[in-house]
Amino acid sequence: MKRNPHLTQKIAFFLLLLATLLIVVPVGLIVVIIIQKGLPAMNWQFLTDIPRQGMRAGGIFPAIVGTAYLVGGAIIFALPIGLLAAIYLSEYSKENILSRIIKLAIINLSGVPSVVYGLFGLALFVVFFKFGASILSGALTLGIMILPIIITSSREALESVPDSFREVSLSLGASKWQTIRHIVLPNAIPGILTGTILGLGRAAGETAPILFTVAAFYLPQLPGSIFDQAMALPYHLYVISTQVPNVDEKIRYGTALVLVLLVLFMNLMAIIIRSKLRKNKKW
Amino acid sequence: MAKIVTQDLNLWYGNFQALKSVNSSFEAQRITAIIGPSGCGKSTLLRVLNRMNDLTEGVRTEGKVLVDGSDILGAEADLVSLRKKVGMVFQRPNPFPLSIYENIAFGQRIHSGGIKKEDLDALVERCLKSILLWDELKDKLNKSAMSLSLEQKQRLCIARLIAVKPDVLLMDEPCSTLDPQATARIEELMHELKRDYTIIIVTHNMQQAARISDDTGFMLLGELVEFGKTKDIFMAPKDKRTEDYITGIYG
Ligand SMILES: Nc1ncnc2c1ncn2[C@@H]1O[C@H](COP(=O)(O)OP(=O)(O)OP(=O)(O)O)[C@@H](O)[C@H]1O
Ligand SMILES: [Mg+2]
Repeated sequence: MKRNPHLTQKIAFFLLLLATLLIVVPVGLIVVIIIQKGLPAMNWQFLTDIPRQGMRAGGIFPAIVGTAYLVGGAIIFALPIGLLAAIYLSEYSKENILSRIIKLAIINLSGVPSVVYGLFGLALFVVFFKFGASILSGALTLGIMILPIIITSSREALESVPDSFREVSLSLGASKWQTIRHIVLPNAIPGILTGTILGLGRAAGETAPILFTVAAFYLPQLPGSIFDQAMALPYHLYVISTQVPNVDEKIRYGTALVLVLLVLFMNLMAIIIRSKLRKNKKW
Repeated sequence: MAKIVTQDLNLWYGNFQALKSVNSSFEAQRITAIIGPSGCGKSTLLRVLNRMNDLTEGVRTEGKVLVDGSDILGAEADLVSLRKKVGMVFQRPNPFPLSIYENIAFGQRIHSGGIKKEDLDALVERCLKSILLWDELKDKLNKSAMSLSLEQKQRLCIARLIAVKPDVLLMDEPCSTLDPQATARIEELMHELKRDYTIIIVTHNMQQAARISDDTGFMLLGELVEFGKTKDIFMAPKDKRTEDYITGIYG
């Protein structure tokens, strides 16, 4: 039998469309369901009150604050280290064993499952450094988890600055560091920012790394210092969904909605910065 | 005494020898043109003169380059003061993605910390005047340099260089991206600048070399074949190869 090219093409199109839909539909459904079921819970009190009646009522304020602390702490730790590593890799390192080992380590780091980070954080920060289960331990663990994202995106941003700028700057008598500081970094900032925000979104959403290092099951008060335990949105969601019986669906989906909105908002920011950067790409 | 002298200068990229025993001398307050077919080593020679070749991996040099009498190829040479003294204008106009003002101020910000605002203003004005763009740009100093025309950009690059007060301007085919009118105006500018600077220009364009230069060097395959007064090189070349090139045999 001779194949009909027209028909083959149609079948191919259909399969491709199907594959695309298979991706898009669940995402859309998840968002729709979360919004539909979570929206009724949304009100000022839900966002600003502590949980009450064994988390069956009240709000999620401590979890929001806890997540904010964790994400902020992770970035304070990971951004300077990640940026310095990226500067080293893109501006200073020559192609040698050391730089290859570093690059390999970064790739591996980004492939490690998040629960392994949790265990690592438990062993290193909670137990070895005796920080205990605390915001400090959790933030450091999350920081290490998002390091690869920050290093990789910062490196790309630095490397996208044309060499001709470096060359001119050096030809004007600037030192290598002055060149990086005055010319390369300012032009790479949007890209670095984008990567940082993506890292933040990742840190805000993960449960496993904070499970053993910081998360409090039920702590209806705000943390007082970085050595306190804290509630956090993803873990709180896990707890009220699986560990506490008879929690109103509204509260569960409301918590999910807050978390999703938070992460979506950060990713949206990253996308906006990136597209702005593309638009006024200056070279 | 000549501003820059090269003595038996050899240069290798790995195993490839790009400069072969180059002896030349560049006089102050004159324009020296370096001509020759593509790949003969013109840019390489130019880039040795302020050690920009340091940025290329696997480069090795032998011989001497004397700037104001002191050898700059030695390990103890001070690169920062060398590059302040011997600056470079590149083939493609490459202003920084900063304002016009900040482009010119860049060198000062790098080299002399807390400089006063009015000193900087004065510097910017003086540099823009010396490239004959002050009247055109004085109301747009805070605009991005990226919005300028190609010719204006190239002029701005010259101004940015002048701002660090160099003695020598190295220009690697500075007009090759410009149209004939803009080229003519840049050549005029070079004539203006000649009074204060030693100018060395690499050019593909023999008419340009004949028009603007006082001295000319002809290079072929890494050798400086002939070096002398432009008039002599063009009217009465001593070497057969120079004559062949001038009369257009190499194209
Ligand atoms: N980084 C490098 N590594 C290896 N070889 C190089 C390098 N740069 C230049 N060369 C070689 O050295 C020779 C001289 O190059 P150079 O750029 O100085 O020539 P040029 O005269 O400026 O040519 P053009 O007129 O095309 O600009 C060429 O054969 C070139 O292939
Ligand atoms: Mg060249």
